[in-house]
Amino acid sequence: MKRYGVGFAALAVASALVLTGCSGGGASTPTTSANTTAIISTNGSEPQNPLIPTNTNETGGGKITDNIFAGLVYYDEKGAPQNDMAESIETTDSTTFTIKIKPDEKFTNGEAVTADSFINAWQYGALLSNAQLNSYFFEDIEGFSYDADSPLTGLKKVDDLTFTVTLTAPHSDFPLRLGYTAFMPLPSVALTDVAAFGENPIGNGPYKLAATGAWQHNVKIDLVANPDYTGGRKAQNGGLTIKFYASADAAYADLQSNAVDVIDEIPDSAYQTYTTDLGDRAVNQPAAIFQSFTIPERLAHFSGEEGQLRRQAISEAIDRDTITKVIFEGTRTPAADFTSPVIDGWSDSIDGSDVLKYNADDAKALWAKADAISPWSGTFQIAYNADGGHQGWVDAVANNLKNNLGIDASGAPSPTFAQVRTAITDRTIQTAFRTGWQADYPGLFNFLGPLYATNAGSNDGDYSNPDFDALLSKGSSETDSAAANKDYQDAQAILFKDLPAIPLWYSNVTGGYGTSVSNVHFGWNSVPLYYEITKG
Amino acid sequence: MAGYILRRLLQAIPVFIGTTFLIYFMVFALPGDPIIALFGDKTPNPAVVAQLREQYHLDQPFIVQYLIYMGGIFRGDFGISFSGQPVTEILARTFPVTIRLAIIALLIETIAGILVGMVAGLRKGKLFDGTTLAVSLILISLPVFVIAFVAQFVFGVQLGWARTTVGDGAPIQDLILPAIVLASISFAQIVRLTRSSVIETSSLDFVRTAYSKGLGRRRIIPVHILRNSLIPVVTYLATDFGVLLVGATVTEGIFNVPGVGNTLYQAIIRGEGPTVVSFVTVMVLIYLLVNLAVDLLYGLLDPRIRYVK
Repeated sequence: MKRYGVGFAALAVASALVLTGCSGGGASTPTTSANTTAIISTNGSEPQNPLIPTNTNETGGGKITDNIFAGLVYYDEKGAPQNDMAESIETTDSTTFTIKIKPDEKFTNGEAVTADSFINAWQYGALLSNAQLNSYFFEDIEGFSYDADSPLTGLKKVDDLTFTVTLTAPHSDFPLRLGYTAFMPLPSVALTDVAAFGENPIGNGPYKLAATGAWQHNVKIDLVANPDYTGGRKAQNGGLTIKFYASADAAYADLQSNAVDVIDEIPDSAYQTYTTDLGDRAVNQPAAIFQSFTIPERLAHFSGEEGQLRRQAISEAIDRDTITKVIFEGTRTPAADFTSPVIDGWSDSIDGSDVLKYNADDAKALWAKADAISPWSGTFQIAYNADGGHQGWVDAVANNLKNNLGIDASGAPSPTFAQVRTAITDRTIQTAFRTGWQADYPGLFNFLGPLYATNAGSNDGDYSNPDFDALLSKGSSETDSAAANKDYQDAQAILFKDLPAIPLWYSNVTGGYGTSVSNVHFGWNSVPLYYEITKG
Repeated sequence: MAGYILRRLLQAIPVFIGTTFLIYFMVFALPGDPIIALFGDKTPNPAVVAQLREQYHLDQPFIVQYLIYMGGIFRGDFGISFSGQPVTEILARTFPVTIRLAIIALLIETIAGILVGMVAGLRKGKLFDGTTLAVSLILISLPVFVIAFVAQFVFGVQLGWARTTVGDGAPIQDLILPAIVLASISFAQIVRLTRSSVIETSSLDFVRTAYSKGLGRRRIIPVHILRNSLIPVVTYLATDFGVLLVGATVTEGIFNVPGVGNTLYQAIIRGEGPTVVSFVTVMVLIYLLVNLAVDLLYGLLDPRIRYVK
């Protein structure tokens, strides 16, 4: 029902634009319906990897694979999963899932989408020797191994359109993960020559490549609507041209001269002016990106009760409101928890979240209390990569700490991202460091499990708290999502006490669109829902 | 002549080996593991990292990596980028665009620079000369990205005379605005070089002799004055072509030109050794060839400079 509402709104907006002569797309004859053959152009970046779903982990490639592949589910504008290729996903214990695929779905080369299309793609993605960047997504499926080649024994074909997935432990949010790129199906031709397929992928999504070689490296990729796609993301336009930009500035200049229709990144240099430039065509809304800095437990003075006090003092000494307003021109939203406001189950009133409120006096008192346990010595430093535009806020935070705690604090820049990440991964880093998390799928667990569970993959600070782990497992085995979210909120209350990472803010998605397009909405993952956009 | 060319070409071999070695060493010495950076803010599984390191020979010591790379070059294989594309393909895709951009810029700066410089030199001390000196000084002192952003905003966004960024296939009409931006600084240099050279030549004896023989200005200016004034300008142009190839990075970024500068910058950021080294190597080769061509051009401009023996 909602879809029709949106459609009518689009029609109304489109015809209003035509009548007032605002349509910049050169529509010469008045028309009452949007042009379903119009090509929408948008910004992107050259994919870092071949277009294999299990090997695409960055936004440039993800934007393409999400549009040419359709998984078992997709995420609607609110981030809620909707069945795409799946007819049903059922479980009684959150450990074994029975997945039925819709009949008559096919890839754009005519091959049918079957249970094998999923099983083979996942087996390929999980196998160690295939070295896929997204292989960790399959870690909860039975048979997965990080150390040796091992088939996923938890995948069982029942019939052509049905298969079961068995996990090593209950994960109630498993169906929610299935819309992520890593879980897309592949046609059989993909696995016979992966390199060739990655260059000219064949999918089953709302769009397909316009032709062989439609991916012009460093320039653009041309996609056209896939007429055979029957899911909920049916394209309301004729196609999508994703232009690759080396900088957000170039994309913004193109938007201003109407050379591109929709962009999802406003350059820092335009933060002050873009709302005046674009008016109500400017977009600035919170996204599923959580920014923080991590203080590893191994640092002197940062473990035990003394560490807790110091962490809380540091958190209360940071004036998040002013920094997001002054340095980021309101394109960040001060954090209220460890997840993101676009995720179902988010709450700004978790026990202990007061430590995120700026309170210089209390911060000073907490720091003095810690000093009573063991006097502070040395400099507090935050490591960051100088090639990522972080200096501004790191300096501001360091100044906050200097002024409010009376300690020596500073940023510790490294020239490159690779250098910082290597030091973090090797555990050779001896300071606090910048951390960020962009969710893979819209669930609270994704912000907590991989980052703070004992020995978890991205637990860069080596945090460990059995009570926290227990609440996470309890949440995972709940079958009711409200109950699970409650457990995850309780788990965050523990994080607020221990503060393994100091929450800073959520990155907003900033963007804008031209006068000739309408019905532009951004999804939970900061990417516009291209299939809804109409033009003309 | 042929012997001279051959000698110059043979000299290119040690230069080639030396530069590739140095560049490879510098990329190797870049801190941080490029494979770990592929995973973004997420911590990768060490076994997957090990697999990928092996695939790109990053687990080998420097000298082995370098020998593998050089061995590949002699078989026409320049390695594979992290995105799985052969580096030769990336070279073939990006170099024509940048060379086109550099040639347009070179043509603009040469023609406009020599003309303006010559007129200024012949009218030394007049209003045109003074204005030229002032304008060229401003151009030289402005950073290229300032000129680029202003040009993009004024001519692209405000006036709509040019496209804000370069479109499909980088057609010549799209490259003109970035080329003008790229040419602007060298244009100012060429104006100044030509001007002073013309002033110097004009006061030489043979020019006075030519006038006293009764030759007209239309013959004296191009043949006697200009031809003899061009040697320093041509020398400058040769080095400038190399600068244009490399210096296009900023301009290419702003106008989104899918050329060498853009790609090389990305490759350095990602620590892709083979891509960086191959790009720089091709640049070095072009540089050597252009310099050879210029040295040969001297003989045409001034027959006293010969390369016999």
